[in-house]
Amino acid sequence: MTRDPIVQVVTANALIEGDVVYLTASGDWTRHLTQAIPFADKAQAEAALAGAGRRASEVVGCYLADARQTAQGLEPVHFREDFRRRGPSNYAHGKQAAA
Amino acid sequence: MYVYDDFDRAFIAERNRQFRDQVARRIDGSLTEDEFKPLRLMNGLYLQLHAYMLRVAVPYGTLNPGQLRALASIADRWDKGYGHVTTRQNMQFNWPRLTDVPDMLDALAEVGLHAIQTSGNTIRNVTSDPFAGAAADEIADPRPYAELIRQWSTDHPEFQFLPRKFKVAVTGSPVDRVVTRAHDIGLRMIAPDLFEVIVGGGLGRTPMIGKVLHPGLPAVDLLPYLEAVVGTYNLLGRRDNKYKARIKITVHENGLETIRDLVEARFAEIAPQFDGAATLAQLARLKRMFADPALDSVPDLPWQAARHADPVFRSWADTNLHPHRDAGHAIVTISLKAHGATPGDVTSDQMRLIADLAERFGHGDIRFTHEQNIVLPHVARGDLPALHRALKAQGLATANVGLASDIIACPGMDYCALATARSIPVAQEIAERVEALKIEHDIGPLKIKISGCINACGHHHVGHIGILGLDRAGVESYQITLGGDGSEDAALGERTGPGFAADQIVPAVERILSAYLALRQGRDETFLQAYRRLGLAPFKEVLYAA
Ligand code: HEM
Ligand code: SF4
Repeated sequence: MTRDPIVQVVTANALIEGDVVYLTASGDWTRHLTQAIPFADKAQAEAALAGAGRRASEVVGCYLADARQTAQGLEPVHFREDFRRRGPSNYAHGKQAAA
Repeated sequence: MYVYDDFDRAFIAERNRQFRDQVARRIDGSLTEDEFKPLRLMNGLYLQLHAYMLRVAVPYGTLNPGQLRALASIADRWDKGYGHVTTRQNMQFNWPRLTDVPDMLDALAEVGLHAIQTSGNTIRNVTSDPFAGAAADEIADPRPYAELIRQWSTDHPEFQFLPRKFKVAVTGSPVDRVVTRAHDIGLRMIAPDLFEVIVGGGLGRTPMIGKVLHPGLPAVDLLPYLEAVVGTYNLLGRRDNKYKARIKITVHENGLETIRDLVEARFAEIAPQFDGAATLAQLARLKRMFADPALDSVPDLPWQAARHADPVFRSWADTNLHPHRDAGHAIVTISLKAHGATPGDVTSDQMRLIADLAERFGHGDIRFTHEQNIVLPHVARGDLPALHRALKAQGLATANVGLASDIIACPGMDYCALATARSIPVAQEIAERVEALKIEHDIGPLKIKISGCINACGHHHVGHIGILGLDRAGVESYQITLGGDGSEDAALGERTGPGFAADQIVPAVERILSAYLALRQGRDETFLQAYRRLGLAPFKEVLYAA
């Protein structure tokens, strides 16, 4: 059995909307985990986080979250990240509204 | 009801103007998040998992119809068409955009509402009995005292940076509906203008039942005494460790006697600076503002007829009414716990309906309860059938107040950034389960309370059945406590043992309920009484038997 590799993504909340965003390869912010840039290398991830942390007029509370690199794309490792990418479970008011 | 004076209005307008400016400076980059965060928290604005959250203070849970309508239009205009009633009698909006918040605050100010001191290490919104001024079991209306304390604590120059948040609850009835013993200070009226002062209660990481600091404090001494308690805590409270900073720890570490001596000494020192005559005059003014509504006499016949003819009405009347001091009236609790709904959520249409009904049938008086329901405290019995019909049409006539599905649940990991697990879906499933089994009316009085982390916003420690959601190695796990009690006989629940997985927690609760039904000595023995007689053992057995 091969295990999906664990990578890291830079994630935060958008300053104005407050919703969950992820850093992309082009340095923009996306609302979708699947479009995030994955970091396999710890030092690169830390460097990207430091850079994102300086963009205080765009986002709040940057951190690195683990993700699993699967054939279908990036998947969250922890259930908290699963809720963050999807929205609350009682109403389709979060990201799932757009899905 | 208390009406804001020019001073209150000017104060709020100035605070809103400042905050609008602070938001603008955050967005243009002249304030960092580290600088902005304490400012937004002072104005009730949190950042949660998926969005910001604005917490609106509802002083002692009392609202008028205009205020509820304003909350409804804020929900429509800037949120997602609903609001969430919290265990601190406030309303939270879960989806505001940062740029909209200054406008939301201005809209609140138009009806005399605000979000000040709903966060931060200040004296928070004072909570009180939702049945205040109406209950048959009440000594006197606690709201004039709650308002006196609100005025004293709001923007108090010395108490804006306490070691930690500070929560005060006031009740005027021997029946404790405000959990006085789980507050930093609980005030229990024992005779007109005389209070037992309880200190150092609290839930959270280190739950503690409050202790009696003063057996009978005259109302004239309330403010200097509170000032002495908070001042003593301000000096002694630990600022080195956030988890040891609440007054419950200060009392625990120093001992009640030491705290009492320090408070008495401080009281003797500062009391002369307080003008007792002025306090009494202010209290007299406030008592007039909270004067009883002119109760009308409505023919009782519709009530008698509906009770006789309509079992749905009778079932609702049996659970959702509480005795009013006037035998021709009743206190109505509108359940925000329709089976399967999110506890405490109320849509804007429902808010507008409740505002209309309060005007038509309830002397324009509305209360939020810490159990996340809404109360109309003064309804003539003859009007109850019409009220019930109107509520039913909007899904607001669930007959379950005080029963198994009337659950307190904190937002948990569906919204809260601090959560370790979800609480809302657990509440939804338990409610659906007891409804499917049709057992909750047979079970009778039962309080189930659920928190999504050890901060205990859902009061799980004082639930007859308490549920705490935890993260066990990356999986949601739910710990059960039994025998907690938030009433005048307050007690903390005892942990049953290892936690249950998300798909096992509802069956576990069902096993507890079945065990109770099998073991009780007749219908008159409530769950809590049976638990006190039997102890943990028989429940452990059904929970963990292989
Ligand atoms: C973003 C949402 C929330 C955050 C970040 C939050 C945070 C906290 C924290 C950190 C504590 C523990 C404080 C301490 O012991 O010093 C606490 C306690 C409490 N919270 Fe919340 N809370 C949130 C939402 C709510 C909601 C929605 C309710 C009501 C349903 C609530 C009601 C309470 C109550 C009653 C306590 C008191 C426990 C005590 O005094 O010991 N909170 N909250
Ligand atoms: S108990 Fe924990 S999860 Fe629930 S609202 Fe409070 S801080 Fe959030």
